[in-house]
Order: sequence, then C-alpha cells, then structure tokens
Amino acid sequence: MRNHPVYTDNDPQTEYSTLNLGPTHPATHGVFQNVLTLDGERIVSGVSTIGYIHRAFEKIAEHRPFYQITPLTDRMNYCSSPINNMGWHMTVEKLLGIQMPKRVDYLRVIIMELARISDHIVCNGVLGVDTGAYTGFMYLMVYREHIYEIYEEICGSRLTTNIGRIGGFERNFNHIAFDKTRKFLKEFAVGLKEFENLFNRNRIFIDRTKDVAAVDAETALSYSWSGPLLRAAGVDYDVRAMEPYSSYEDFDFEVPVGTNGDVFNRFLVRNAEMWQSLRMIEQALEKIAKEPSDIFHADVPEFYLPPKEEVYNNMEALIYHFKIVMGEVPTPNTEVYHAVEGANGELGFYLVNDGGRTPYRLHFRRPSFINYQMYAPMSRGMLLSDAIINMSSLNVIAGELDA
Amino acid sequence: MAKITNEELLNSIKNKFDDITSVTEPFGLLTIETSRESIIDLLTFLKTDPTLQFIYLTDLTAIHYPEQEKPIGIIYHLHSLVNNVRIRIKVFVADGDVHMPTATVLWNGANWMERETYDFFGVVFDGHPDLRRILNIDDMTVFPMRKEYPLEDPNRVDKRDYFFGR
Repeated sequence: MRNHPVYTDNDPQTEYSTLNLGPTHPATHGVFQNVLTLDGERIVSGVSTIGYIHRAFEKIAEHRPFYQITPLTDRMNYCSSPINNMGWHMTVEKLLGIQMPKRVDYLRVIIMELARISDHIVCNGVLGVDTGAYTGFMYLMVYREHIYEIYEEICGSRLTTNIGRIGGFERNFNHIAFDKTRKFLKEFAVGLKEFENLFNRNRIFIDRTKDVAAVDAETALSYSWSGPLLRAAGVDYDVRAMEPYSSYEDFDFEVPVGTNGDVFNRFLVRNAEMWQSLRMIEQALEKIAKEPSDIFHADVPEFYLPPKEEVYNNMEALIYHFKIVMGEVPTPNTEVYHAVEGANGELGFYLVNDGGRTPYRLHFRRPSFINYQMYAPMSRGMLLSDAIINMSSLNVIAGELDA
Repeated sequence: MAKITNEELLNSIKNKFDDITSVTEPFGLLTIETSRESIIDLLTFLKTDPTLQFIYLTDLTAIHYPEQEKPIGIIYHLHSLVNNVRIRIKVFVADGDVHMPTATVLWNGANWMERETYDFFGVVFDGHPDLRRILNIDDMTVFPMRKEYPLEDPNRVDKRDYFFGR
C-alpha cells in the first residue's frame, strides 16, 4: 500500500472540500498533482506532489561519458532544450579549459535566444489560453514552428535537439539557417507586436492577472527564485548580465524588471525579454558577418568528436574518435559550477570530476524545481481559477521539475 | 558594483570562525569546508553581514565518497547578488550519523532542496518542517544516489572495463 496523499470529500473534521488537482489535469499543462483543500472556490491549503516523471538523470549521468549527457539535458526543459545543451557543453568546456572562438559563441547566442523566445512564446501564449483568450496563442504559436525549423537546419531535430557538441557545433550553419533566422527576425517582430496589442491594454486580461499572486522581492529571493519570475518581482538578477558566458558581454541588451511580481508583471517581463532576445540575435548576426565563416568549433581534437568521413579516412581522427568515445582522454580532477540563464531562471550544472570517463557527481540546479516550491504556500487564500493562471505563469516544466 | 575578492572574503570568514578547513579555489569559486556545529552560524553570518550579503541560496546538494572516513558531504552554493561573488561550503558527516541542522531557518527555498538531498542521500536535516521524500516514491527504502547502489544489474559483465583493456 503506497501512501499517496489521497483525500476524500467527506473528511469529518472540516467542512472544506478536497480537490485532487492533477496529476493529469488539462489546466495544468503537465504532470503536477496538488491536493487542495477548498473553502468554496477559495484555497485553504495545498500540498504539491512531484516526481511523477522522475528519470534519475543525476544517477544516469554518473555512468555516462560527458558527450552522452547532452541528450539527458534535452529532456529537462524540453521547451528550450538548446539552452540546456549548451549550458552543459559550456560546463564541460570550463572544466577542460577550452576557449571558444568568438563565432561559436555568437552562433550559440543565436540559438539560445531563439530557444528563450520559443519558451516564452509557449508560456505567454498559454497564459492567454488559461485566461480565456485563445487567439493570441494561435497567432504566436506559428513562430515557435519557425524556430523549430531553424533548429532542424542546424541539428536535424526539433524538440529534444541535442544541438552542438562539446567544443562547438557538429557542423557549420548553412545559408538556409541564416536566411530563416533573418526571416524570423522580421516576421516575429510583427507577430509579437500584434500579440502585445491583444493583451497589454486588454481590460479583461488585466483584470484577470493584475495583483494575482503578487510576490515581493524579499520573498522571491528567500525562495531562491530566479529568471523572469524574480525579475518580475523587481530584482535585476540575470546570469547573462552578472556572469556573462558565451560572450554575452559583447552584446547590448537590457534586463527588464517588473514591480510587484504578479502574473501581469511576469507576462510583461517575458514579452520584454523576447524583444531583447530579438535585439541580441540581430547583433549576433552582425558580429558573425565579421568573423571567418568557416569556424564552427574550437580546435581541440582531443575533446571535439571529428566528422565521420575523417574518422574513416584519417588516422589521427580515428584515434581521437576512439579515445573520446572510450573515455581515454584525461580530464582534470576538480569541480566546477556553471550557470546559464535558462528560460525559467538560473540553470546550474555542478560537476564533480575525478578524472574518470564519467562525472563523479553531477547535480542540476533546475529553476523549475526551485521556483515551484512556493506554489502551494502562495496559493493559500487564492481563488482556484487564479491558482491555475499562477501555475501557468510560473512556467513550470515537468521535465525540469522532476529531472 | 563593489566586488569582494576571494581573499577578503576568506579573511572576514576566518576572523569569525576558526574551524575552516580545506580552502580551495577551483575556477575562481572559493570553496571552504567547515563543521556541522558551525555551519548555521557561518551561513547566518554570510547572509546577514552588511558587506558580504550572501542573501541568495543558489543550490544545496550532497555527494558521497564511500572510502572517506566521513563519506557524506553536504554542499551549499551561496551567491552575493550585491557583490556578485559566489561561495561554496562543504560539510562532511560520518555514515552512522547523517544529521545536519536545517537551513530553512534562513531561506524558505532550502525546504525542497533539503528534501531532495534527504531523498537521494539520506541526510536528515534536523528541524526541517516537512522532511519527506520528494522525487522518489514514499515507501522507497534506499537512498539511491549513494555510490553503493549501482545503476544497472551488477551481475552484468558485458560492460566491465577489463573488456576494454582497462
């Protein structure tokens, strides 16, 4: 007998009713269970149960060489998997002391910012759906498809991308990828403006979201919130600005902040971030035009998997291929923490290496996991319908929550 | 933004606490080891000191070194947003006595991080308001991230290293 918290409506001690919201409820967009005690439509208390799709990534990672961990990171925040992939690659590169050429950094920035946009599209679009405005979602969702097409040009896959390699990219971007990115920049600016016109001054939407689930900066910091949620509460903490990685220091961008951390502020912050991402992609394209066009990886043959045709025709490439795949390349015996600004907040990789072919210990600091723990406490006293849009704007991704 | 160097940071800690052992700086991140008795005092000092202001608990996790005398290490990552400095603090505890004082008295966010650490390493955080398993199922009896629990069937031989000349 497993002791899941199962509650009945006929609890003799209270007059409250109990609602099992989830684990599979169409309004929660993922596998989340919250057992809510309700007084009418008002939430008295709630208990979150998580772990429904826990896949033991940290344990699996202890048994995989570095390059085989990338597909695991895909499956954490699957709405913006390229950020996870590149965060992991940069962690390993930091451990190995690999310096990336500027062009690779800029290519990465393009992909990571596209991923951030695709994540925010889903979050803000779905927030509209949950407040009863389906139109904005339909208008915006097509641009995620365009982003996925750009991924496809670069790595061949769409959702779980496994994009890039340790030491750079698997192959150079072709001209179609650049053309599609430029086309996206032009068209998405129009689409996003239209989306903002639909929502930003929409009376119904504002009534529905303003002052709902407001969080002050101190509470948000105490709960270790990060990302758009923390910034909506008024704290200008962005890893890209504080500890620039992948040459973010070369870019001119703003960190949008909100005031009171309610659902409306989070919505505005995410929209503003999409504009900043567009700016950064534009700058990255300009910068790339000044770099030599044939560089797409660092010159580190002992860590960067050589292309297959070279493996078959070139002695050194074959040796390196074998050494990398079999984990025969010595790695430093040390530990490293590397954080990137994921779409939901600070995505950290804490890697302890003992020089073997696999990490000794790998811990993922998953923003969804840490952001979500405030959900049940902050739902107290809230209307059930507000709790739904609160969850929607927390943008908790089940894969990242449970790892 | 006034940035504190690791040296200044370490000095101000050492002025207050005398049981700081094993100071390292991998990749510029100051890493210190302290004892279970002084960890909460140290965290409180780091959080409340007006110049340091490590108000942000980035991460809390654990690690297992089975061959050590004190095999379970609990690892805190703190971040001073004002000074933009990070610090890593480790505390090692013995196997039969895997108890730690809870950090939930300082950060609400430590709640689930400690539950996760308990779930995977069996670290009992004394004073924690709700110390239950979080990602694994409630009636699980082991702490799966400890090294004695293999990922795969230990009787499987086809992946043994000696087949590859190691």
